[in-house]
Amino acid sequence: MSTVRVLVGTRKGAFILTSDGKREKWDVSGPHFAGWEIYHVKGSTVDPNRIYASQTSGWFGQIIQRSDDGGKTWFQPGTPAGEPTTTPDGMPKGESNKFAYDTSAETGKPLTTHQFYDGTPHPWEFKRVWHLEPSLDDPGTVYAGVEDAALFRSTNGGQSWEELPGLRGHGTGSQWQPGAGGMCLHSILLDPKDKNRIFVAISAAGAFRSDDAGATWKPINKGLHSQYIPDQTAEVGHCVHHIALHPADSKVLFMQKHWDVMRSNDAGDSWHEISGNLPTDFGFVIDVHAHEPETVFVVPIKSDGEHFPPDGKLRVYRSRTGGNEWEALTNGLPQSNCYVNVLRDAMAVDSLDSCGVYFGTTGGQVYASANGGDSWAPIVRDLPAVLSVEVQTLT
Amino acid sequence: MISVVLPAHLRALAGVNGDLELEVNGPVTRHSILDALEARYPMLRGTIRDHVAGERRPMLRFFACGEDVTHEPADSLLPSEVATGAEPFYIIGAIAGG
Repeated sequence: MSTVRVLVGTRKGAFILTSDGKREKWDVSGPHFAGWEIYHVKGSTVDPNRIYASQTSGWFGQIIQRSDDGGKTWFQPGTPAGEPTTTPDGMPKGESNKFAYDTSAETGKPLTTHQFYDGTPHPWEFKRVWHLEPSLDDPGTVYAGVEDAALFRSTNGGQSWEELPGLRGHGTGSQWQPGAGGMCLHSILLDPKDKNRIFVAISAAGAFRSDDAGATWKPINKGLHSQYIPDQTAEVGHCVHHIALHPADSKVLFMQKHWDVMRSNDAGDSWHEISGNLPTDFGFVIDVHAHEPETVFVVPIKSDGEHFPPDGKLRVYRSRTGGNEWEALTNGLPQSNCYVNVLRDAMAVDSLDSCGVYFGTTGGQVYASANGGDSWAPIVRDLPAVLSVEVQTLT
Repeated sequence: MISVVLPAHLRALAGVNGDLELEVNGPVTRHSILDALEARYPMLRGTIRDHVAGERRPMLRFFACGEDVTHEPADSLLPSEVATGAEPFYIIGAIAGG
């Protein structure tokens, strides 16, 4: 019998929701790291019991946590429980929390500023890890998308981190500026068909692609149109909220932008709009069905000023045609007086035969559908505000 | 031995209950206390002082014998009551809601 494990990051801790393949009865464990903001929790596909978590605080900074037993116990990878607290040469451990921007001469382009909200130069300042993306072939390798926007990689299970400076230094970094949530690198997609290809997205800079395992990067924003920047079709400056792909066809990308739902058929070289009949094309999440590459899910949000569903009705919209034609999924979701938001990393799918879809809200609900979105039920209703949802399908 | 009072979140992170006792070698200053604290509890590295710049996190304050020493030089000697362990050294998170 399969098991599904839903990893939930919230404003006040992490929760792990577990069920069998029927996905009817759920066991809830947590809060883990109670009181801390947990921006993201994600497991390795190579070793599903290895799970990484980003634990963060405006007071105390960034902590990286790791579990090697499916979330039962956790430790900071630079400081394993029970081990000496210093290295043989006497140096203290604890390096797993250290994210230092690369300022070495080897990068060739030691950027020191990006743009602040008002366009003035602003130094890069590390604030937190928004997204952790474990490698598809090595449980010890994991990528971290951080604020202020940069991409880091650990090859020792999260013990230490090094920036991939080619992203920040490729040439447009000095033009990047923060979105309302900060200047965060929030999306990391590893191409399952080409291990050298990585996609990332940054608010409010846009999407970027590397074809050499993260050494060099280029913006991939042609076709994006953003009314809130002076040059509405600029190479960078677009507030991309999330990107998604299907493993079977990784040249096809889907994007929820600040406004507009977009699609690329050429790995991001060009984009076209697929908002179609959506009630609003503002939103944060976007994801793809596990077995149907042309079935896409979004949760429309009224506007950038009103971060709640239109008409107080929480509706997931599904397109079975790769975009443009969308149907509202409402069965089991509140259809009156609902004013929650669904944040950018708070939707995921499982890979069971009948694809499960999951999302969490700022009201603390985590909804699940065991039938591709046809009907929904809350797994939990009263968690702290949900920041992220990931799913592991265990067999 | 000197006594250190941590915010609840950092006590949980360090896996300790109540006040900490630390051996500090040499002059007892904020700098030497934090060095000793981070050496004994490396999981706290980066949580009180920024990992890269080594500077105090902006929403933390330090108190000794009822005095705010947050903005005193890090190498200033702390009161003898703190150095002897009669009074604790307080690390306090700013109250900012939530």
